[in-house]
Amino acid sequence: MDVVWLSRLQFAVTVFFHFIFVPLTLGLSLIIAVMETCYVRSGNEVYKRMAKFWGKLFLINFALGVVTGITLEFQFGTNWSRYSKYVGDVFGSLLAIEATVAFFLESTFIAVWTFGWNKVSKRTHAAAIWLVAIAGNISALWIILANGWMQNPVGYVMKNGRAELADFFEVIANPYAWGQFFHTITASWMLAGFFVMGICAWHLLRKNEVDFFKRSFRFGAHFALIFAVITAAFGHLEGQSVAKYQPAKLAAMESFWNTEAHAPMHLFVVPDPQNARNIVEFGAIPSMLSILAYNDPSAPVQGLLAFPKENRPPVTETFISFRIMVGLGGIFILLALIAWIWRNRIENHRRILNILVWLIPFPYIAIMAGWAVAEIGRQPWIVYNLMRTTDAVSPVPSGSVLTSLIAFGVIYFILGALDIWLIGRFARKGPATV
Amino acid sequence: MLETIWFALWALLWGIYLALDGFDLGVGILMPFLARNENERRVFHDSVGPFWDGNEVWLITAGGVTFAAFPTAYAVMFSALYAPLLILLFALILRAVALEFRSKLANPLWRKKWDGILFLSSLAPALILGVFFSNLFIGIPIDQDGVYHGNLLMLLNPYALMGGIFFLALFCLHGALWLAFKSVGQVHMRTAALAKKLWLTTLILALAYLGMTAFHTDFFHKPGAYVPLAIAVIGLLCVRFFLGADRLIEAFLSNMVMILGTAFFGFIGIFPDLVPSDISPEFSLNIHNAASSPLTLKIMFGVVICVVPIVLLYQWWVYRLFSHKITDQDIDGPDAY
Repeated sequence: MDVVWLSRLQFAVTVFFHFIFVPLTLGLSLIIAVMETCYVRSGNEVYKRMAKFWGKLFLINFALGVVTGITLEFQFGTNWSRYSKYVGDVFGSLLAIEATVAFFLESTFIAVWTFGWNKVSKRTHAAAIWLVAIAGNISALWIILANGWMQNPVGYVMKNGRAELADFFEVIANPYAWGQFFHTITASWMLAGFFVMGICAWHLLRKNEVDFFKRSFRFGAHFALIFAVITAAFGHLEGQSVAKYQPAKLAAMESFWNTEAHAPMHLFVVPDPQNARNIVEFGAIPSMLSILAYNDPSAPVQGLLAFPKENRPPVTETFISFRIMVGLGGIFILLALIAWIWRNRIENHRRILNILVWLIPFPYIAIMAGWAVAEIGRQPWIVYNLMRTTDAVSPVPSGSVLTSLIAFGVIYFILGALDIWLIGRFARKGPATV
Repeated sequence: MLETIWFALWALLWGIYLALDGFDLGVGILMPFLARNENERRVFHDSVGPFWDGNEVWLITAGGVTFAAFPTAYAVMFSALYAPLLILLFALILRAVALEFRSKLANPLWRKKWDGILFLSSLAPALILGVFFSNLFIGIPIDQDGVYHGNLLMLLNPYALMGGIFFLALFCLHGALWLAFKSVGQVHMRTAALAKKLWLTTLILALAYLGMTAFHTDFFHKPGAYVPLAIAVIGLLCVRFFLGADRLIEAFLSNMVMILGTAFFGFIGIFPDLVPSDISPEFSLNIHNAASSPLTLKIMFGVVICVVPIVLLYQWWVYRLFSHKITDQDIDGPDAY
């Protein structure tokens, strides 16, 4: 089998698996930090129990997030060595900064938080979880600055047969990357809100510890509503950023073929990339795509036909992922709003509680779909307009990659299943044992 | 000049990683042989609980810095040594999960399984790191494009295997010293006694490895390499002295010095190469042909010089915070493993 394809599949498997655990880490650490701050300020023991209960779930989730992150750092060298050699001057430093400024902080203070309940003062203990939350989110910033550089390479010169850093400030001020960062972290905070609400809903349906879970529910409801709205707003800006820097990706997201001004948006489309057209286009909203992309109904939007065939991303995958993300995003805002309005007597609304329990996986799906748009939509480039994915792989035999891919598949499947099972088990047990 | 400074930093980060993670790997390896009941196993777990994660980040940083400062060396090293690095990676993943999941359920079978996994996933990194660095010391078959012309078996040459066994003994000694320091009563007596035996084993293996190094490499032609070698020897002798005097934290710190000395002996030995080629010295990756641009090196130097001392400070604080001896009271506590 083709080593490029196998390496891509392995990267996709490992990065998506990593991202099952990361968003909850980013968001839940923050929610716990707020809860524990309430405890420090009010002295009310219920907030301490809340921090401990949610903290227990956080830690089980955190463990897998950390170790699956190491895989990704290794893989640039093991599987994408030509890429690493070609752009390491810029890209490598961002990863190294992430480890030194953020990862140390997170991994060291999580220990203070876990083992320090009786060893440090209340304030220091709360500071530890704040440091974990801040470090986790800073970590995401550096990683996304690295990814953002692959999406929109800036601040480099071609020298000595590779991309060399020319302007570090330009790299860390990359507007594309900052857009991605805000969209990603707010989505993660929203996800944590829905996670907390979902587990609370499960207990409220069974009338367990109603006071405890109603209080927790309110934290979740605030997070979910505020950040569902902000995520959508950042998503819109991110779309405009795509229009500006990666027009081919935008065209693939909408399965839009012919360049035109007053570009419409279709509510229902069935793409047919083989014949460079759509089989079905239905429900056109006139000029909508032009408005969304450029705030101007008469702005021309480039269609896929404007790009040579070998430079077009896979249309169907990008298009479907984008629709899943946007559709779910809309549902999240609606449900978060309902949950927030009824937050003080939520135990009486059994139907919405039931929906919230089943909703837990969907923010994950939306975030994965979003990353699928970002990564599949960038193809065939590994660094946009600079290096093709096919030129980036390591000179390793495909048999090695196949073996490691199978090993990742098996180990990750078992660990992932165990982790989710453990979280579910402790979530159902409730706060009685913490 | 900048490249030379970076080589030193690169060596230092790897050295710190080995000196820190070495002891928690050692604890994982020793547990099945030394812990006789559930309470004792929990002492083993608690002794590394607050530390292993922070220790492992030094590996990530060492890897990340290799990527940033010497991207070509990172690319070639990691792709050429594909299989051992992925096994190392799988071991580290399983180890972290074993440490975190074990105590989540009281079921003895669940705990037994994770203890078994902890043992294997601590043993593998110790051996692989020894094999990995030994192969770097003697050079690996890479051509002018950095393409590896070898196979897994070639990495398991006698010198590298000796290196693996030496690292294994060294990490076991490191773990035993840490445990002796952290524990009381029975576990303390047993680990302190074992540390003395492991010390002798490590000494013999160190001499054998050193002899093979003299035969396989030209390290002894480099005057600079004698300094860290002397430091390593003094460190190892101090370990025995402090062990005999029952001053365990000093013995442990001496062993850290021993590990750092050993690491620097090897790194100064290959300097200025990062990945020597044993096909032809022209194909070797060195600090000049593998380094990043001066701008990247300068910026990363600034970052490392500002941030790493802070990291050392807060990690020091955390080590102090959790430096107490583990008693039965700690094990019964709500936050214990």
